[in-house]
Amino acid sequence: MANTNSSKIAPEWNYSPAPENTHHIRLEKKYQLFINNEWVAPSSKKYFPTTNPATEEVLAEIAWANDADVDKAVKAARKAYREVWSKLSGAEKGRYIYRIARMMQERAREFAVIESLDSGKPIRESRDVDIPLACNHFFYYAGWADKLEYASPAKNPESLGVAGQIIPWNFPLLMAAWKIAPALAAGNTVVLKPAETTSLTALKLAEIIQDAGLPAGVVNIVTGHGDTGAAIVNHPDVDKIAFTGSTNVGKIIQRAIIGTRKKSTLELGGKSANIIFDDAPIDQAVEGIVNGIFFNQGHVCCAGSRLFVQENVAERVIQKLKSRMESLYVGDPLDKNTDIGAINSKEQLQTIQKYIRIGKEEGAEIYQSGCTLPSKGYFCRPTLFTGVSQSHVIAQEEIFGPVLTIQTFRTLDEVIQKANNSPYGLAAGVWTDKGSRIFNLTTKLRAGVVWANTYNKFDPVSPFGGYKESGFGREGGIHGLSAYLK
Amino acid sequence: MDILKTYKIYIGGSFPRTESGRYYPIADATGKTLANVCLSSRKDVRNAVVAARKAFGGWSEKTAFNRGQILYRIAEMLDGRKGQFIDELMDQGISKSKAEKEVEQSVDRVVYYAGWADKYQQVASSVNPVSSSHFNFSALEPMGIIGIIAPQENSLLGLIELAIPAICGGNTAVVVASESYPLCSITFAEVLHSSDVPGGVVNILTGKVAELAPALAGHMDINALVSCPLGELQTSLALSCVENLKRNFIYTDPNRQGLNFITDLQEVKTTWHPIESIGGATSSY
Repeated sequence: MANTNSSKIAPEWNYSPAPENTHHIRLEKKYQLFINNEWVAPSSKKYFPTTNPATEEVLAEIAWANDADVDKAVKAARKAYREVWSKLSGAEKGRYIYRIARMMQERAREFAVIESLDSGKPIRESRDVDIPLACNHFFYYAGWADKLEYASPAKNPESLGVAGQIIPWNFPLLMAAWKIAPALAAGNTVVLKPAETTSLTALKLAEIIQDAGLPAGVVNIVTGHGDTGAAIVNHPDVDKIAFTGSTNVGKIIQRAIIGTRKKSTLELGGKSANIIFDDAPIDQAVEGIVNGIFFNQGHVCCAGSRLFVQENVAERVIQKLKSRMESLYVGDPLDKNTDIGAINSKEQLQTIQKYIRIGKEEGAEIYQSGCTLPSKGYFCRPTLFTGVSQSHVIAQEEIFGPVLTIQTFRTLDEVIQKANNSPYGLAAGVWTDKGSRIFNLTTKLRAGVVWANTYNKFDPVSPFGGYKESGFGREGGIHGLSAYLK
Repeated sequence: MDILKTYKIYIGGSFPRTESGRYYPIADATGKTLANVCLSSRKDVRNAVVAARKAFGGWSEKTAFNRGQILYRIAEMLDGRKGQFIDELMDQGISKSKAEKEVEQSVDRVVYYAGWADKYQQVASSVNPVSSSHFNFSALEPMGIIGIIAPQENSLLGLIELAIPAICGGNTAVVVASESYPLCSITFAEVLHSSDVPGGVVNILTGKVAELAPALAGHMDINALVSCPLGELQTSLALSCVENLKRNFIYTDPNRQGLNFITDLQEVKTTWHPIESIGGATSSY
């Protein structure tokens, strides 16, 4: 198996295309803002296109909310909070959230297709991960609405009021669910802003919120760019800011709310370590490495982007990893065989390419799979770098793409120090056959989520969030409620 | 003739003078100098942070039971030196009844947190029933180094109320003592020193809040900043905290005792541990 160009392994063994059907989905040509359970034209009168990153075709026009629109949404949320939502019993609030969960389940496939169209993620992931998890998140928190006295050991919990929520483009509907479900269960009302490249599934969720008969103003969805988000952050009548996105923007938000009554939770960037010990089941670990960095094109805040392999198995692991990379399908997100879909936007593709260039200039050795990329759309080959040291930019900064850096280690102490040597602390992976070593390592890794012999697994009951500059607050599970309670 | 006490600062388990060589005088009600107290510098802050980071590993890995024992030992030592603390507070102009009450409450607080050391984890952690073959649990872990700005009033009690829950949870601390009433902070350092608290777990500096607090807030190896309301200084400190997303807690409620004083300074860590799945044998036996 001494391949230098393993792309030559049986290239003729390809699957036939198996595209997901798109005829059943319903998309408007133009989307308005969702305020007070109504579709409202933006007072800005501005719209922006949302495109399919795999084809560069425009899918729909999306309303661009300005300060006045955000003000309207916050007022609707405040009124709904004061007059309706805070007066309903926990059980009644729970009923509404359950209803949303069920209606999402019923329309799951439609949501999956739209998610893949709008974000570029493979249908296999949107169908099997994003959408089911989003539904389950609502289902999980629905049950909390009438049990909040058990959620916090120290306090008699009270809701905060109006929550302003700003979410990223990597898991559009799932992030909307992570934000809206616990906020509603804890008794708050919501103004949510989806990311500008991926507004569609949040707007489809608005349809469900309408259909579910949720009282007007409890959930408002305002679409737009960064200025729309800033309007939410700076609105004086918002009690809480929940943000998922980059560490830079997180810091801007945190500075903006100093001296206000606003509480915040920030779920930010990462540069997570994935650590392979010599006793790990190697084939399983290779799958885990692939899942850690190439899942969702690497657009994952907790991506296992820093791989540490114990020196005595490094050669074998890297060789197997390269050959596995050659079998990854990069292409049409709607094809059920696709492993890696489209990069979310042109801008993000340029960022990734910039980092690949930096990696080469720093002297790291690059390997990219030999697959052919579609002629249209934004795509990036699965990429790894060897010969990387701790001081390399590509080993320190979040790339948010399918780019892996590989370092080796000899001892446990060494890898713990290397793994923790980062301003981030979101997640980590550990691969070993030894249970006692797993527990030893998970207590020493300074990260909010540690996966042992798995990676990138999520569950509504499992709290998620970071240490250090990866942000603060948790989402999911019982700990996720405290972000929305006082 | 009385022997006047020399008040130095407390870093890494020893009592150096400030590296700056500066001091400021503390006088009693009649204007008579009680002590020349160290006017600590930003360099002292940095030294204290190095000591606190060095101590963090050992302290956070002590068993919860052991930390509880050591905290209880602090209470014992404090209780044994009640008279000294009361005198020292009265020297600084506090009435006898207030001084007695403050020292009494200080002992109570330490005993309270000694009891929490091996319990807060049970109360605040969770086992999470995920839909896959994993044992998934979320437990608390100490944040790391906590910068603490003790309140000006209740110079002993306030320091204890902010610092003891931090170390109860396995953190280490760099404390800026009350600027106006600093004497008890250093005497409390002597209590810590004789209570099996490892050097570096609590470091105490005296000096100007306006000079030392910004150094704490801006230090990139401090994980959280804890204070009571600080007026104008608060905004600039909060801005500095954002640099490394230092958690910033400002306790406005004068009642400063509770579980949240421990859990605020904890991170929640979620672990996904695999469970072997072999099929065949079931639980129905």
